Amino acid sequence: MTHATVDVMRPPYPTERGLDVYNTKLGMWVFLASEVMFFTALIGSYIILRFGAPGEWARPGIVLNIPVTAINTFLLICSSVTMVKAYATVADGEGHFFRLRPGARLSERLDFGLKFWMLATIIIGATFVSIQVYEYLHLVHRGLLPSGVREGSELAELVANGTLPAATMGLFGSSFYTMTGFHGFHVTCGVISMAYLYFTKTLRGKYSQQDYRGIETIGLYWHFVDLVWIILFTIVYLI
Amino acid sequence: MTTVAATAQVAHGHHDDRPFIRKYIFSTDHKIIGIQFLFVSLFFLLVGGLLAMQMRWQLGFPGKPMPGGGILPETMAPGGVILPEYYIQLVTMHGTFMVFFAIMPLLVGVYANFLIPLKIGTHDMAFPRINMWSFWSAFAAGLVMLASLFVPEGAARAGWTMYAPLSARHDYSGAELGQELWSISIVLLGLSSILGSLNYITTVINNRAPGMTWFRMPLSVWALFITAILGILALPVLSGAAIMLLFDQILGTHFFDPPAGGQALLWQHLFWFFGHPEVYILILPAMGMVSDIIANGSRKPIFGYHSMVFAIISIAFLGWIVWGHHMFVSGMNPTLGSSFMVSTLVIAVPSAVKTFNWMGTMWRGNLRFTVPMLNAVAFVAMFVIGGLSGIYMAATPVDMFIHDTYFIVAHLHYVLFGGSLFALFGAIPFWFPKMFGRMMSEPWGKIHFWLTFVFYNLVFFPMHTLGMAGHMRRIYDPTQYEFLKPYQPLNEFISISAFLLFATQIIFFVNFWYSLFKGKKAPQNPWEDNGLEWSLASPAPHGNWATTPTVYRGPYEYSSPQATEDYLPQYKKLPTDREPATAPVAGH
Repeated sequence: MTHATVDVMRPPYPTERGLDVYNTKLGMWVFLASEVMFFTALIGSYIILRFGAPGEWARPGIVLNIPVTAINTFLLICSSVTMVKAYATVADGEGHFFRLRPGARLSERLDFGLKFWMLATIIIGATFVSIQVYEYLHLVHRGLLPSGVREGSELAELVANGTLPAATMGLFGSSFYTMTGFHGFHVTCGVISMAYLYFTKTLRGKYSQQDYRGIETIGLYWHFVDLVWIILFTIVYLI
Repeated sequence: MTTVAATAQVAHGHHDDRPFIRKYIFSTDHKIIGIQFLFVSLFFLLVGGLLAMQMRWQLGFPGKPMPGGGILPETMAPGGVILPEYYIQLVTMHGTFMVFFAIMPLLVGVYANFLIPLKIGTHDMAFPRINMWSFWSAFAAGLVMLASLFVPEGAARAGWTMYAPLSARHDYSGAELGQELWSISIVLLGLSSILGSLNYITTVINNRAPGMTWFRMPLSVWALFITAILGILALPVLSGAAIMLLFDQILGTHFFDPPAGGQALLWQHLFWFFGHPEVYILILPAMGMVSDIIANGSRKPIFGYHSMVFAIISIAFLGWIVWGHHMFVSGMNPTLGSSFMVSTLVIAVPSAVKTFNWMGTMWRGNLRFTVPMLNAVAFVAMFVIGGLSGIYMAATPVDMFIHDTYFIVAHLHYVLFGGSLFALFGAIPFWFPKMFGRMMSEPWGKIHFWLTFVFYNLVFFPMHTLGMAGHMRRIYDPTQYEFLKPYQPLNEFISISAFLLFATQIIFFVNFWYSLFKGKKAPQNPWEDNGLEWSLASPAPHGNWATTPTVYRGPYEYSSPQATEDYLPQYKKLPTDREPATAPVAGH
């Protein structure tokens, strides 16, 4: 089943009889379908609860720190770019950006490029999670809990003086922590998986132009997580 | 026969020299995982049955001490008399165990795992390790659910549908840990189903043997494949809902808590958006396996193979747009109700196509009434009764009257017990030889079948009458109501029949365990079936085939004029057969 020549569009590692796509990639697409349904359940419930809420919804900007999260969003999008660079490096065999030493062999450039871009993705992903943890701590400190606003806190004062609606702050906290929390959980899973692949495969030179299935599969997952965040950022923070 | 060159062979498979723990405990072999699911879910079937017996005692003989009930603690049944708090736990856990831990894993966990690779001719699932995790997370879910029966305040109390806000607030339900354990268990079970389904889908799409085209797949594989698609899309919704419920319970969120702005009806929508596809997860695999068994027992090709496939697909599709029929009286917009009514009634069409095709298959067939065949025929008959009562419920005006009565209980048991469980009583002896290399006893199987068939109908048919009389679904003591008093003898009759039905199942369990060790050694193809799995030795060896088999025809070539016997297996090459376009791949 292996092809003799290296062909970028049709990788030489064995594909299966059915779809001409290898199992892990097909499996990841199927898994992402289930993830779409999972996040749809959460996002759909949020929409229903917000529009059916007994009273006005709090303006997100008063409670949440939008500039910090916007930077965080930018970081996550950047990590999708570095993921694509890692994929492109190994898929078409070019050490993108790494042509400084003209005499360097192709495999060297490829090897260094892949390690660099994978590590960049992992670090940015971990940074995203760290900023989210900081955001949570800060919000809890200001008084936003999953059950609503903590009594005697800064946000409780805003509720008392009418800046924030008392009736819907409970739902605000519930949906905010559940949706962003599950997204953060997915990012964390992605970072752990990438770190695992980085140490067990990338550093040991297991990926090549002939076989980069792990990079492509984790890349699909990573882009999905990124996409979900763009939707969540829009509906939770911006609207 | 002499001219036939069988290319698929009775292979020795791969010699399996892994240690015991990797071979039978943390196994990645799809057959072992299927067998693990079989033992575990038969255990939960027994647990669910025991809970039902206690319910039937209370309904038949309310307030009387239950025989043997003395062993239950004071908080459940002081002096053997079942308390209302315990009764509602029985209702909840019977439904939960039967739906999530008995029927669903028996159909999908056991037979999707065991049959898909064997019937499409591959060596294992696409992701054997993920498959192992699928079993172990289901196992953990089962343990958590079982443990919830023994925590201080007892198990969950909101019915298997866990309607909010009763389920979401401890001060309403009176059970704290029990409710939380229910939610945790369901999240774990959802994970298990997602991991399993993604395996089944990938395997069926990518790993079919050469020549196993889509329309040469047995209907059991078609049904399990479509079921896996339902599972992968429906279970995440249940997981999401159960997580929100869990957060309501432990973190104090307000998703389903109306005083704080949450919506109780949202839970119903989420639950039934999962729940109705789940109904078809529980019946489609049964339909698929029954199709295989009926064609085999009739020695005729299945009637209307393509229409059977498209009926499965359209039932699955329609299953997504009918969930509102569970909620006609919930306060949902009535206009919405009528569109759900119409879409629900449309499901009768593909269901009828299947039913008539099964009858068309049997018509003038050379019937062999083996135990699997008897149970499969009973499946068709019982499914018709359950399906027809379903039409009453789908009609909104009728449903207003019979909603939440024993009519519903009768209907769902006609499709779940009469349908799914009879199909399983057929499937278990049918594939038992391929699992364990021995046959289950035919005479005892027949005794079990006839007694089950009689007592089953005596239990569940009168429930239609009770329901029409207005007998509510989850009440603790029917004698409290004046209008139900005349029906108490009927309740007693149902209870006694239920005890006999339960006792009959002992025959099945004894037959199962006895045959496991002492049953007649099974030949390679005891049912003279056409499927690929019968080209293997019994039991099927590790790794299945030494080389990937080749498929030359569809799965239902019975009584073919081309063959000397009355069956023509998919793997048998006739001189006129051409090799399929894709060459076989050696090894893994």
